[in-house]
Amino acid sequence: MSTIQTRIRGRKRGARRDRMTLSRWIIWLILLVGGVVMAFPVYWVFVTAITPGGLAQDSGLHLWPSHVDLGIFGQAFKANPVGTWLINSIIIAVIAVLLSVSISVLAGYAFSKYAFRGKNLLFGLLMVTIMVPIQVIMVPAFVIISKLGLVNTPWSVILPGAAQAISIYMARDYLNAIPSELIEAGRVDGASEWAIFRSIVMPVCGPLVAVLTILTFVWRWNDFVWPLVSLQKPSAYTISVGLASLNGTFSHPWDQMMAITLISMIPVVIVFLAFQRQFVEGIASTGIK
Amino acid sequence: MSVQADTLSMPPADRQPRSRSPRRNDHRLRRSAVPWLFIAPSLVLFSIFAFAPIVVAVVLSFQDVQTFGGGQWIGLQNYSHAVTVQLFWQSVKNTLVFTLGTVPTSALIGLVLAVLLNRRLPGRGLLRSLYFLPMVVSGVAVSLIFTWMFNTDSGIVNSVITQLGGPRVNWLTTPRSAMATVVAAVVWGRIGFCMVVYLAALQNISSTIVEAAEVDGASRWHIFTHITWPLLLPTTYMLLVLNMIFSIQAFDVIYVMTGGGPGFSTTVLVQYIFRSAFTDGKMGYASAIGVILIVTLLLLSVLRNHLGKRAEENVA
Repeated sequence: MSTIQTRIRGRKRGARRDRMTLSRWIIWLILLVGGVVMAFPVYWVFVTAITPGGLAQDSGLHLWPSHVDLGIFGQAFKANPVGTWLINSIIIAVIAVLLSVSISVLAGYAFSKYAFRGKNLLFGLLMVTIMVPIQVIMVPAFVIISKLGLVNTPWSVILPGAAQAISIYMARDYLNAIPSELIEAGRVDGASEWAIFRSIVMPVCGPLVAVLTILTFVWRWNDFVWPLVSLQKPSAYTISVGLASLNGTFSHPWDQMMAITLISMIPVVIVFLAFQRQFVEGIASTGIK
Repeated sequence: MSVQADTLSMPPADRQPRSRSPRRNDHRLRRSAVPWLFIAPSLVLFSIFAFAPIVVAVVLSFQDVQTFGGGQWIGLQNYSHAVTVQLFWQSVKNTLVFTLGTVPTSALIGLVLAVLLNRRLPGRGLLRSLYFLPMVVSGVAVSLIFTWMFNTDSGIVNSVITQLGGPRVNWLTTPRSAMATVVAAVVWGRIGFCMVVYLAALQNISSTIVEAAEVDGASRWHIFTHITWPLLLPTTYMLLVLNMIFSIQAFDVIYVMTGGGPGFSTTVLVQYIFRSAFTDGKMGYASAIGVILIVTLLLLSVLRNHLGKRAEENVA
């Protein structure tokens, strides 16, 4: 299906290509150069990570690797608990996605399709939390986490992170577009409220769940400030916290640093490339309203 | 709100006014209890990890709380202390410089890219992907990549400069260029976001208006200034305020790249709060600065709503 679409689009584009004027080609060239500049840092991580010593130590200008050594990854893994950090990140991201997406869709449904007292006030309060910098509530939040005995556990990152006002906002926004008549029809048929949610609402939530899943995964994977505070021993670090902890220590050569950076980026880049459309839609819809 | 929450725990039969007919009661009851059940999981997490900490932070801001001991009520002393400390104003200034450096630049570049990439061009999808890509790179990774690229001795940026005959620049160890480098890193990561938001807005602009103008012989520039740009104003206001909130909250890039240094040249407010709370152990004082920041952000969002509405009215 999608390949057919791209092929049709491709042909259309081909037909228009004749109309490319010189000024359009110049714009195109500028865009291409700009795109290369934008992507260069990512390319540079890759090049540094596979080029041993040479590139990192001499000051000459090299734009591609003189020779390739994949052993740098092995050294990086051996010198640091990168594997543990990755596993921690995966555990946190996956559970956070499951939890956060479920509760956000449930809450978004209530805000969208029910009338109840204090609804607008509560929704407003939730939205205010978007604006509160984490640094401001870090101390009390840390006290709460330690009272609950969660410090250094994945739950210390998962639970606070699962409450995402922006996700509830997106869920409500999406469900607003679904006709309430569908739900009323279910009520007339005598279905319970939960049954209505399960068999009428859930089946049409596919795109919403996809967008929320992708965004939540990227957010949790890239999370830094809060895990930095709540995870204090190296064996509990996520990959972002672990990576940052290597910075500034002179014993870590740049080729290894970039190798770990590259590994830390791979999951989100894959998610991004595979689900670019949903990702972009998600960002656009959070921003646009 | 609290009334509703309380009624949840009561037996359902008792909570409706007696005067109504039983059937209507039943219906209303379902309507009023059910949404709270749907919200309950989120509400529990928000109460514990967002609302409670915010309230506690506000309370702490009026107390003399330190890592060890303290805890006396000292009224507004934390606030009055903040406004007399030079470091506070330095970090306010740095926050402003950082915000002014990142917000208009990324929005403007995003706008230009979105307009250009909204046309049909060969390889448009690939080009868009190139510009989107940095968006998913984590703040920590962005910081390390830029720290490496702007490394004084072996970074690629200085290699290019010396190859062209220029001098080596101490990017991250001199105050002014440290701020510039941090700003560059953040702008790099944010251009994609601005572009996505503008692209979505552009796609909402009806093509018939634009085509009608084209038929009338309007130039591209004319179409942009008279049709597209006015229609993009609400998006622009929204994007600027959103970007401002992001920039004011930006922490990881500065924390990793410069740690707020050299000196205090890149210490922004959230950095200063973190420092005050965790390095200096002055929790009460840190909370007071936090409250000042939240109030500022709230005012900004009120402004956003106000400007957004005005922009919409202007368009209509």
